[in-house]
Amino acid sequence: MLTFMASDSEEEVCDERTSLMSAESPTPRSCQDGRQGLEDGESAAQWRSQESEEDHEDEDPDRYVCSGVPGRPPGLEEELTLKYGAKHVIMLFVPVTLCMIVVVATIKSVRFYTEKNGQLIYTPFSEDTPSVGRRLLNSVLNTLIMISVIVTMTIFLVVLYKYRCYKFIHGWLIMSSLMLLFLFTYIYLGEVLKTYNVAMDYPTLFLTVWNFGAVGMVCIHWKGPLVLQQAYLIMISALMALVFIKYLPEWSAWVILGAISVYDLVAVLCPKGPLRMLVETAQERNEPIFPALIYSSAMVWTVGMAKLDPSSQGALQLPYDPEMEEDSYDSFGEPSYPDVFEPPLPGYPGEELEEEEERGVKLGLGDFIFYSVLVGKAAATGSGDWNTTLACFVAILIGLCLTLLLLAVFKKALPALPISITFGLIFYFSTDNLVRPFMDTLASHQLYI
Amino acid sequence: MTAAVFFGCAFIAFGPALALYIFTISTEPLRIIFLIVGAFFWLVSLLFSSLIWFMTTTLTDNKDEPREKYLLIFGVLISVLIQEMFRFAYYKLLKKASEGLKTINPYEEAPSMRLLAYVSGLGFGIMSGIFSFVNTLSDSLGPGTVGIHGDPPQFFLNSAFMTLVITLLHVFWGIVFFDGCAKKKWYTLLVVVLSHLLVSALTFISPHYGLNLVLAYIIMVLTGVWAFFVSGGSCRSLKLCLLCQDKDFLLFNQRAR
Repeated sequence: MLTFMASDSEEEVCDERTSLMSAESPTPRSCQDGRQGLEDGESAAQWRSQESEEDHEDEDPDRYVCSGVPGRPPGLEEELTLKYGAKHVIMLFVPVTLCMIVVVATIKSVRFYTEKNGQLIYTPFSEDTPSVGRRLLNSVLNTLIMISVIVTMTIFLVVLYKYRCYKFIHGWLIMSSLMLLFLFTYIYLGEVLKTYNVAMDYPTLFLTVWNFGAVGMVCIHWKGPLVLQQAYLIMISALMALVFIKYLPEWSAWVILGAISVYDLVAVLCPKGPLRMLVETAQERNEPIFPALIYSSAMVWTVGMAKLDPSSQGALQLPYDPEMEEDSYDSFGEPSYPDVFEPPLPGYPGEELEEEEERGVKLGLGDFIFYSVLVGKAAATGSGDWNTTLACFVAILIGLCLTLLLLAVFKKALPALPISITFGLIFYFSTDNLVRPFMDTLASHQLYI
Repeated sequence: MTAAVFFGCAFIAFGPALALYIFTISTEPLRIIFLIVGAFFWLVSLLFSSLIWFMTTTLTDNKDEPREKYLLIFGVLISVLIQEMFRFAYYKLLKKASEGLKTINPYEEAPSMRLLAYVSGLGFGIMSGIFSFVNTLSDSLGPGTVGIHGDPPQFFLNSAFMTLVITLLHVFWGIVFFDGCAKKKWYTLLVVVLSHLLVSALTFISPHYGLNLVLAYIIMVLTGVWAFFVSGGSCRSLKLCLLCQDKDFLLFNQRAR
């Protein structure tokens, strides 16, 4: 159920990414799932919110242990929780950096994504007015519409999830990812080829796009090597971010970024927030989150597990969930630790299976998208200035670092957007207006500080 | 300007820093995080100094050329002072973080203060180098002729070498600075601040590249030697290392001699 926007926009907002994230069993992450449900073509914002929520679902060995495993030595938990901190931060830095690099490289080289070619149906007010007040008003109205669409979609997803309409959600997600993997990739490839003046005939193009898309669908929705799945998730986040950068008008984009981080904060932390409710529902039902909407950095090595095949473990995540009727969604992104520790496991008694597992952190795709939108907008509008882009990049990484630190401290689902986006916005405006003139003047006189 | 200029200047300016990053920092996640936090601190210091410069230029809003030049010089000096202040602030933060890490994780070795000094210096250096040079570098890909109005044609090369020296200097200053703070030798901090001011002030004589660069490199070598001795090196250990006779190092790297 993708709803397209107005004719000139090829944006597909809903995609399974956003709507999917079925929470993994006892993970506090279920919030993220909620977000994903929203996808339905609605603004990616919704999606993002979901994603951001999801991000914070840290695979907290503590949590898992407490919920799933009987008899785990208590002292070990805390140590493990903190032991993996720095490594997980880096495991998230790398994909976020890669996504931003792809977006910035495209923005700087392919002119298509910086040309104004219409707007999304969710931002109907134009910013072409001469007066500043009117322009500000239009951008605020655009933001309100976008956010309300997102909120509606989130609530719709929560409702669907509560009433167990899994088939609907799955169908929605599949349609979304089809759209993203085929149509948007085709357009992107077309623009890149145009920029570099490379000719490609239709049969080759068809083969390329078909292979790319088909492998992507398999990797994301079914089973595939972890690295490939991660790569596809990064690519679709970048594609989505590029669409947003192209179709959101200037001021609206900044106001939307601010508003979406506030929404994220509210939806994840408030007791009645839709995403939080989604997480809790998923936790009650002990279900895994749909993997297609969350980027997972972990690998599960479960040695001695009856249901898991160690030989294929290297990059696959195969959580064993007897309750999940659709096992096609089981194997992505979520090492479901509790599953590992279920009682009838032969390998369990006395084994330090925990030590063999690598727990990872999950970050929702919406967060990737919004981070990339911020950095991409900085690259697109910064008058060719690289300092602004780099400053926003560092600010976002620091925000992510702080968020993960808070996650390690609080051990529950946290929104990934607020801190990073706040830092990013502060640094964008201050670097663009204050630092840029200073550095330019210094560079032209060849002075060094 | 050609791609050769672009790549050449890019590697001159950022090559050593990149090598240092790849060989010493990229292997340990904690070091990467401290590097990025260091870069962030430098960025914040730049923000404050730009704010001050911006305020002074908008408040004294006249178009005299000399006035602007003086304000710029003032901006540069204030910026140096603020950078060193933020280096001190980062030292304080790292000390607290180090203690925190030790209590949280007694089983795992927390990085030593010397290592953190190096990492923070590198963070400052990389960020400083990037911000100084990356716009110039991207301009070098575009069309143009350097020095067409009589300016020196080695603009890019000079900038690249200057960026390199600043990056390395930040590394050495970081090591020396942290050591001075740890041992409460305040004169060390003063020397670091003064040498930073000196290097920046040398760039004011900008058209005379030769003098500017040579002096900066001399200062860099001196500071490097000082940092080497401060971080525990000695002539003997250097000799052992160069002749590949340092048993501890070899055993550590498991290389048969």
